[in-house]
Amino acid sequence: MERLGTLRRNKMRITGALAVSAVLALSAVACGGDDKDSGGGGGNEVTIGFMGDLTGENSGLVIPPWQGAQLAVEQYNATNPKVKIKLKKYDSQGKPEQATTLAQGAVKNDKIVGLIGPAFSGESQSVAPILEEAKIPSVTPSATNVTLAEKGWKYWHRVVADDAVQSAGAANFLTKAAAAKKIFTVSDNQDYGKGLADAIAKAAGGAGAQTQSDAVDDKATDYSSTVNKINQFKPDAVYFGGYYAVAGRLFKQLREGGYKGKMMSGDGSLATGLIEGAGEKNAQGALLSCGCLIDAEGKTNEKAKKFATDYKAKFGSDVAIYSTEGFDAASTFIEALKAGKSEPEDINAFLKTVDFQGVGKQIKFDANGELAAQDIFIYEVKGNLLPLLGNSNEAKPTA
Amino acid sequence: MLDDFINQFWPSTIDGLALGAIYALLALGYTMVYGVLRLINFAHADVFMVGTFAALWSVRTLGVSDVGGFALIGVVVLMAVVAGAVAGGGAMLLEVTAYRPLRKRGASRLAALISAIGASIFIQQLMGAVVVHRVFGTSKEGGKLDVNEHFKKLSDVVDVGPILIRNDQLLVFVGAVLMMVALDQFVNRTKLGRGIRSTAQDPETAVLMGVNIDRVVSTTFLVGGIMAGVAAALYFLRFESTNYFVGFLLGIKAFTAAVLGGIGNIRGALVGGFTLGLLEMYGSSLFGSQWRDVVAFSLLILVLMFRPTGILGESLQQARA
Repeated sequence: MERLGTLRRNKMRITGALAVSAVLALSAVACGGDDKDSGGGGGNEVTIGFMGDLTGENSGLVIPPWQGAQLAVEQYNATNPKVKIKLKKYDSQGKPEQATTLAQGAVKNDKIVGLIGPAFSGESQSVAPILEEAKIPSVTPSATNVTLAEKGWKYWHRVVADDAVQSAGAANFLTKAAAAKKIFTVSDNQDYGKGLADAIAKAAGGAGAQTQSDAVDDKATDYSSTVNKINQFKPDAVYFGGYYAVAGRLFKQLREGGYKGKMMSGDGSLATGLIEGAGEKNAQGALLSCGCLIDAEGKTNEKAKKFATDYKAKFGSDVAIYSTEGFDAASTFIEALKAGKSEPEDINAFLKTVDFQGVGKQIKFDANGELAAQDIFIYEVKGNLLPLLGNSNEAKPTA
Repeated sequence: MLDDFINQFWPSTIDGLALGAIYALLALGYTMVYGVLRLINFAHADVFMVGTFAALWSVRTLGVSDVGGFALIGVVVLMAVVAGAVAGGGAMLLEVTAYRPLRKRGASRLAALISAIGASIFIQQLMGAVVVHRVFGTSKEGGKLDVNEHFKKLSDVVDVGPILIRNDQLLVFVGAVLMMVALDQFVNRTKLGRGIRSTAQDPETAVLMGVNIDRVVSTTFLVGGIMAGVAAALYFLRFESTNYFVGFLLGIKAFTAAVLGGIGNIRGALVGGFTLGLLEMYGSSLFGSQWRDVVAFSLLILVLMFRPTGILGESLQQARA
């Protein structure tokens, strides 16, 4: 009863977006007795946050990295280390304004020593300055906007290649491996999608391909005018920059409109929702590029396979988009703790020198927080799955 | 640019007519309610949305797969009946709960408008938060997404010289035109239709002449709802997916079509719907798809500058049998 009373009193002070995470935190406190007072800053437990869209529209892209991070922390804590990790989630729903409030709370009240995330680029723009001021390191599994690495942030890192690398890799794949001479790019006219589609058009144009482009309204459902343009241009490949809901609709209407060439999209569409939206038949052979690695069979490295097995055992689902990166982001912090660094400043200094093989890639950061390894992976729809085809330098489309 | 327009003229025309047919059917609901009650029924788009889910439900329950030819027509008719019944019933219920109490108390038209907006939000959220989740299940990716049901329609193509028409486009167009002809006949030839017209012309006199206003209003909502339901079935035939906010953009377009054709005018809704559909397609082929709405709405403004009452102008009350 007393616990309930505390909970209620505390709950009343906290409002809005914070309520859910606060209740979670409080229940953790209630379970752990009074160890929060003693273990706030140093001690034998540190708090690491995970921030991203966990319940909103694009949560399909963020729940897998959240699960990946959970798995990493759980495996680490199970080894009975000197300093344990408490992983705490901050559900920003992908909204920058919500993320800002949560980040301030995370810094002031929860005294996090590091943050995994924010998952998206927009929220990263607004959260990074706060962490910069509080001198708290962050590692994002999935924010790919190019400009993030150009801000001169010292505490910001990412374990995924940016959109420029992705577009170069995808364009290279389309013009070389897929031998496309005419490429039509479509975007949803949003920051991410348009940026990606334009960059692909530019890179493909540079490689000697003929290009044309069009844009669709992400809120509309009828894309027949775009389909007509594509049918007139008769491209070898269509590249769509945007998210999977729209990609599904577009690919469906393309196939129904009689288009027979290749269809490709980026990391925003790398979800089974794409296949659901387009219909299994229409989606077959669709290609996807991503800086993320989803490698259930261990094609790229040994650790990936073990990770995939552990992941499936814990969550009952296959590794999905950015789950590998979520695990690796958490691992960078774990490496720091293993090296005996548990203060934010020390961890950040350690991240500048960290170099280990993660379950996805070699984790080593440039001075600006960018991952040194710049790999892009290609996936191809087969049945109702999106298996890995390989690195964009080596992969060949099967269809 | 002009080259694109010429090259894409026929496909654009076909697509424009198929899209316009759905706009037109939906516009009928706006225009009829406006004609009778002088009310913009903003919740009409959500009646349509409920209809798409009814169509989805019927396809899923039937377990339809790989249909073409007459079987596809059968499926469409069935979807239309289910969706029409659900949407028609829904529209009547909407009238009884959201508008009739206000009308009985002689509330202002503005109050009814607010009630319409409220009803619209209520229906959307109810579907989004409860019904879609419970009845249809959502995809693994989360709750706010499209619900898909692909019934793998076989797309036969009708080849008429330079024109290629897909069977679903043809069905959408023919289905919509049939419904509109039926509605036109209903309003112009039946006793209930006469009631609707007389109420639209002068409600007080109509009452004095023995017209049961409540029944007329109910019928108007029912008919508008059925049209929205059929539109929903045709929409679902074409796109095979829906979500709880699907009505928003389509509703705005259909309302625009009603205004373009002359709000309150049934044939105007038809003209407006097809005009808007074609304008959007021609506009996109000329300037790129991102200019689609800009072109369509600029032309709407132009039309209204020269014909403030829309293309056909005359309203429901002046329609002659």
